[in-house]
Amino acid sequence: MTTLNVNGRTVEVKASPDTPLLWVLRDHVGLTGTKYGCGIAACGACTVHLDGQPMRSCVLPLSALQPGQKVVTIEGLSPNGTHPVQVAWRQLDVPQCGFCQSGMIMAAAALLAEKPRPTDADIDAAMTNICRCGTYNRVRAGVKQAAGGQG
Amino acid sequence: MSTRTGSTAATRAARPSRRGFVKASAGLVVGFHLAPRLAGAQAAAQPPAAPARPTRPEINAWVAIAPDDTVTIRMARSEMGQGTRTGLAQLLAEELECDWARIRTEYVTPGESLARQRAWGAFLTAGSQGIRQSQDYVRRGGATARVMLVQAAANAWGVPVAECSARQGTVVHGPSGRTVRFGQVAEAAGRLEVPKDVPLKDPKDWKLIGRSVPRLDTADKTTGRLVYGADLTMPGMLVAVPRECPVFGGKVKSFDAAAVQGRPGVRHVLKVNDTAVAVVADTFWQAKTALDALPVEWDFGPNRAESSQAIEARLREGLDAAEAFVGNQVGDARAAIAGAARRIEAVYSYPFQNHAPMEPMNATVLWTADRCDVWCPTQNGEAALAATAQAAGLPQTACDVHRMDLGGGFGRRTTHDWLIQAVRIARQVPGRPVKTMWTREEDMVQGRYHPVTMCKLTAGLTDKGELAGLHMRISGQSILSFVFPNALQQGRDPVQFQGLNASGAESAIGYTFPNLLIDHAMRNTHVPPHFWRGVNHNQNAIYLECFMDEIAHAVGMDPLAFRRRHMQAHPKHLAVLDAVAARIGWGTPPPPGVHRGIAQQMGFGSYVAAAAEVSVDAKGALKIHRIVAATDCGVAVNPQQIEMQVEGSFVYGLSALLYGACTVKDGAIEQRNFDTYNVLRMNEMPKVETIVMPSGGFWGGVGEPTIMVAAPAVLNAIFAATGRRIRSVPLKDQDLRRA
Repeated sequence: MTTLNVNGRTVEVKASPDTPLLWVLRDHVGLTGTKYGCGIAACGACTVHLDGQPMRSCVLPLSALQPGQKVVTIEGLSPNGTHPVQVAWRQLDVPQCGFCQSGMIMAAAALLAEKPRPTDADIDAAMTNICRCGTYNRVRAGVKQAAGGQG
Repeated sequence: MSTRTGSTAATRAARPSRRGFVKASAGLVVGFHLAPRLAGAQAAAQPPAAPARPTRPEINAWVAIAPDDTVTIRMARSEMGQGTRTGLAQLLAEELECDWARIRTEYVTPGESLARQRAWGAFLTAGSQGIRQSQDYVRRGGATARVMLVQAAANAWGVPVAECSARQGTVVHGPSGRTVRFGQVAEAAGRLEVPKDVPLKDPKDWKLIGRSVPRLDTADKTTGRLVYGADLTMPGMLVAVPRECPVFGGKVKSFDAAAVQGRPGVRHVLKVNDTAVAVVADTFWQAKTALDALPVEWDFGPNRAESSQAIEARLREGLDAAEAFVGNQVGDARAAIAGAARRIEAVYSYPFQNHAPMEPMNATVLWTADRCDVWCPTQNGEAALAATAQAAGLPQTACDVHRMDLGGGFGRRTTHDWLIQAVRIARQVPGRPVKTMWTREEDMVQGRYHPVTMCKLTAGLTDKGELAGLHMRISGQSILSFVFPNALQQGRDPVQFQGLNASGAESAIGYTFPNLLIDHAMRNTHVPPHFWRGVNHNQNAIYLECFMDEIAHAVGMDPLAFRRRHMQAHPKHLAVLDAVAARIGWGTPPPPGVHRGIAQQMGFGSYVAAAAEVSVDAKGALKIHRIVAATDCGVAVNPQQIEMQVEGSFVYGLSALLYGACTVKDGAIEQRNFDTYNVLRMNEMPKVETIVMPSGGFWGGVGEPTIMVAAPAVLNAIFAATGRRIRSVPLKDQDLRRA
């Protein structure tokens, strides 16, 4: 048994130590908002926050997690989807198929936590997630709107 | 049946809940009023895990309205991000006159459709058809329901129906001002005979069609609450991870199940069929790691000798082959070219590409000896049902497909190799739901790929620099010959000529040439091709639109002026081209260091054009600054959704242009993940300005057309910037330094 703090909740999971956090969340904790897109940290669909930092959970084995580290997933980003990024995403109708958007939103929320008024270059550097539907321009506008600027 | 309310689909019982009227539906095409009572009776008989169905009178196949006025619109087309759910709801609600805020949608299953004589029409969601091919009967579904609701209210009031009308979810009696809510008369309306030939609104009276209403399905995509096929979980469910022979056509020779059988969570190590193995375990990670450790010996077969080089040699031979299928012919192009004062010639090529939707292939299957249910993302519910039944060894009436929203489709999910595989796996684990999930690596090497082609273009020019004749010889793969060989026309694949056809409402060429020959030497490969967002337009537009640029430069003409000279008989093509030229400032100096390119084509019933501004630095690094796109799709149902599709089309089209290539070595696809099959990211995304210019009178698609002009507009701008004519995709393999 490994004890994890997920979305402010203490959970006990029984998984082999090599199991990536992504699959611990999805198959053991039952939180499927975090997506599998590549398994090699290339696409960002699995992005969660680990002690506030954006982290690609598909390559982070359970054994690498330190006791007391706080994992936040899309389900725990805010109560009722009220994080400014989530609100902006709805206002601008950012998602298309939506499969990458949990990761996009988690990456955007982490960026804004670090840089409340990000420049385009900051957004380019932080938002390296893949979207195949092609929402990039609306993602950019969403980040700016969530930052309080004009989308 | 899947419902668009949060996680209900995920928590549904493994046994499908089935509405009573489906089972009792024989002869009920007009007798839907039985539905509520039967639904209640059926709910009581369902296993406890199945949620009770709300009683909600069905007005007709498309519309059910609950006593609380919630309007449920039932849909056959699938939502994969393209906005069809919202667009279809707008079409129906326009005629229904309901309260937009009370709308919800749900998928009908192909099993229900089968039982009700295809009451919902086609399920296929591809070819940018979702709106345009169903707009008429979906609007009629709304109009018919409205007429029935108004009639029911008039009956209740004992007044002439002509004195009543529907408005915003209520029926109003004009003379008395009395009103009644739809929910109050829905049950009575459902008992009425369904009227025939209800007229549709005049487009000038539309209030909802043409408005950029927000999508109906955004909220759950911002909270992680939307349940995709990959997210499904059911009591007792197992997870299967399969591996197909990496060489297409190869077989399983042997595998050592005992080597991984004892690993934690592993339940079964299976031969799926002659070509694949799978590990079934409690979790994905257990199955995946066991599969990685499973020793498998393959019989690769003769295709082991195939390579990209061998395929290219075969295609190159086709460029000059004597035999070819003719797609478009005007006059005698060969003679005109032979007798021309000057000839120019160029050879282009386009590679295999993977659809690479973000959600890898998956399907959850519960198979028993007498029934098979499937939960999966598919672009064609009916084809999925047929595939399920065949693989399950059961009649279609003993199977059903419960659709999940797609995490991307792009054409990959119109074919069901992955579903057939999932059913074959579940058949070996009867009575338990099994979710088959592909790894990204499996998804990459077991794709159904954008076809590979080459094209030799030859132009004959008069001494005055006029185009005397054009021969466009395409050599390469035919999609239809692999997917629907019965649709070939005496061997010829008509889809090969998308955008190049002489005429027609779907994909006609936008130029008139005095002598023209477009033909196709079919050269198929062992790599399975498939419809890939934009399909054959993607390469055909590059071939024609870049070569038009080459001719313009060869005769010293401005590329826009040269095109316009040949477009006078094609006013709709010309209108979108002129629109992007005007918006980007064609003919005025671009910003320093920036260069422009332009392209147009017609496809999927719409006219599109793009103009691009790019710069290329001394090291050959490309920056795409700005793209202007114009779309004439006839009727614009939701302009914001069209803008999103246009923006997305550039991401898809530019990803293909910049990075998209699957290569073949030893018979297998070499690219295994996004590290070797890269796609466009945010930092490379240009500004996109979209001009939506519906000219009315026809319905064109929007999900795909813009993709085809993305690459040629940028390639032509690269030529303007560098003097370097890039004739093969992708750019990552090209030297873009100034020639």
